[in-house]
Amino acid sequence: MRFSGSEEYVSTEDLTLAVNAAITLERPLLIKGEPGTGKTMLAVQVAKALGLPLLEWHIKSTTKAQQGLYEYDAVSRLRDSQLGDPRVQDIHNYIVKGMLWQAFSRDTPCVLLIDEVDKADIEFPNDLLRELDRMEFYVYETRELVKARQRPIVFITSNNEKELPDAFLRRCFFHYIRFPEKETMEKIVDVHYPKLKKNLLREALEVFFEIREVPGLKKKPSTSELLDWLKLLLSEDIPPEALRSKDRKTIIPPLHGALLKNEQDVHLFERLVFMTRAKNN
Amino acid sequence: MLIDFFFKLKTHKLPVSIKEFLTLLEALQKGVIGSSVDDFYYLSRTTLVKDEANFDKFDRAFAEFWEGVEAIPGIEAEIPLEWLLKQAELTLTDEEKKLIESLGGWEKLMETLKKRLEEQKERHQGGNKWIGTGGTSPFGAYGFNPEGIRIGQKTSRNRSAVKVWDQREYQNLDDSVELGTRNIKVALRRLRKFARQGAPEEFDLENTINSTAKKAYLDIHMRPERRNTVKVLLLLDIGGSMDDHVKLCQEMFSAAKTEFKHLEHFYFHNCLYDFVWKDNRRRHSERTRTWDLLHKYGHDYKVIFVGDATMSPYEILQPGGSIEYFNEEAGAVWVKRMTDVYQKCVWLNPEPEEIWGYRQSVQVMKELMGGRMFPTTIGGLEKAMKVLAK
Repeated sequence: MRFSGSEEYVSTEDLTLAVNAAITLERPLLIKGEPGTGKTMLAVQVAKALGLPLLEWHIKSTTKAQQGLYEYDAVSRLRDSQLGDPRVQDIHNYIVKGMLWQAFSRDTPCVLLIDEVDKADIEFPNDLLRELDRMEFYVYETRELVKARQRPIVFITSNNEKELPDAFLRRCFFHYIRFPEKETMEKIVDVHYPKLKKNLLREALEVFFEIREVPGLKKKPSTSELLDWLKLLLSEDIPPEALRSKDRKTIIPPLHGALLKNEQDVHLFERLVFMTRAKNN
Repeated sequence: MLIDFFFKLKTHKLPVSIKEFLTLLEALQKGVIGSSVDDFYYLSRTTLVKDEANFDKFDRAFAEFWEGVEAIPGIEAEIPLEWLLKQAELTLTDEEKKLIESLGGWEKLMETLKKRLEEQKERHQGGNKWIGTGGTSPFGAYGFNPEGIRIGQKTSRNRSAVKVWDQREYQNLDDSVELGTRNIKVALRRLRKFARQGAPEEFDLENTINSTAKKAYLDIHMRPERRNTVKVLLLLDIGGSMDDHVKLCQEMFSAAKTEFKHLEHFYFHNCLYDFVWKDNRRRHSERTRTWDLLHKYGHDYKVIFVGDATMSPYEILQPGGSIEYFNEEAGAVWVKRMTDVYQKCVWLNPEPEEIWGYRQSVQVMKELMGGRMFPTTIGGLEKAMKVLAK
């Protein structure tokens, strides 16, 4: 099994290598990077390219590690016992399998995505050490050991909001998705909008990278925002000439709301444009 | 050979473990990569380095190992990021090489560079001796001296011609960079200490089930919500030499304000004396006596001083040393009182750590704080929070 990018996802050389290392050695791959650089998409695309089912476990601030393994539904057992339901005799009826258990119990390999692991409590990664290393865990209620029949390919994404413990990091491969340069970006856009006119793309990319360089922006526009913006430009049928002017710094690009998501950023940007314009006149 | 590589990484202070090293060997054995060095670079990075802040260090170690080039001692510590020595690189013609001889050759040049680095403490532009930009000194960038060593000058070279690890693209992620609010918040989170306090408002499932089973009727239990109970007393130096660090202090303050429920802040000038104040506009009319501070806030408060501690040593050590009024007791006495009452106490200094040694007052203050003075970088703040959270 080897991953080499897909038709819908441009994977750089180093990313491909990291994915393949994780697949071959059956260890989790931890992915970090700016928001909107395609961390979550990677797992989706790897699953698609390799033809494997994808299991997604999205982490929230309230998520506990135990929920990924299983949950014991005590409340419905309590209710069933009051109603005299015969199901109450068997504890297995009240154990709800979590994502990890589902992945472990498959006969064929699958891709497991643990999305935004940094959103959870600080102790969360520590509670998953054995589960991710040995791919097994113990169910106390039924006294059984659940062991992975096939080790799943695990992707873990992080936005760097919390530091992850060393013991957890040591068990993973690590890759940091850097913000793509112009050439890679052109490839990415080409994958998403193959029919885009070449000159519109060139103008749009230049505007995009210029906006990214505006100092003091709270949130720089990312790849996903660029793709949204291009979609808008296409649907509004904006000609490439509209993006071009003698001095690009003196126009506000059309539909810039898709790129700048923050009121203060828009203000800052407009002020900068206004200032350069005043200087030129 | 690879064991040497492992130790090379260790000497560059990269946190690599034996387990990760074995993983790398396993990957090599299983044939994850071909025989290209680029592939090996990517593979070893993905197995051994788990934080993008360390990518730069790794690149340096990797280059050194594979090129067999010894790093110039001290250079990484001395040059700040923006004019960092990207690679000491010579672009010389034959005539220029002769000119170098006039300075005593390449080795002499490097020797002098090292000496200059030691002497020079500030960013420099123009001039004919110091390292910087646009001058005629042999060291620096964009200059005219043909014997020049180019330092950190951006050249438009063909990307593919440069080795990946030599590009050092991750240098701005090193954890000695200045802080942003988000980073500060993440560091401050280390101080979280949750406890259940206050009115019972949350449904307690486990206790309800337990006591329902025991009593054989539905017995509902409630419990208070979990809250961050850490108490922080923030003391900020304001005015004078601190003006350069206003932005940083603002960021730190706004991050701390949202993170802690029990946060009290006060200002002082240069050193702590008899009184502090809450509002800078009314600093002369509305003062709080430092004694009141010590009495009002319990010893379970964690105290964070923020200040550059840059002043004349007399301002700390002598009664009457304050530049604003006559203080009867020396600043040192007051700082001592604070550290006696509050066990958890740190000083954050926005000045870069390298120059502390040259300022006597910083040394004095650090000693008064029992060594608990940290720079306001992400790394420094984390260390400080670790001390406070112990």
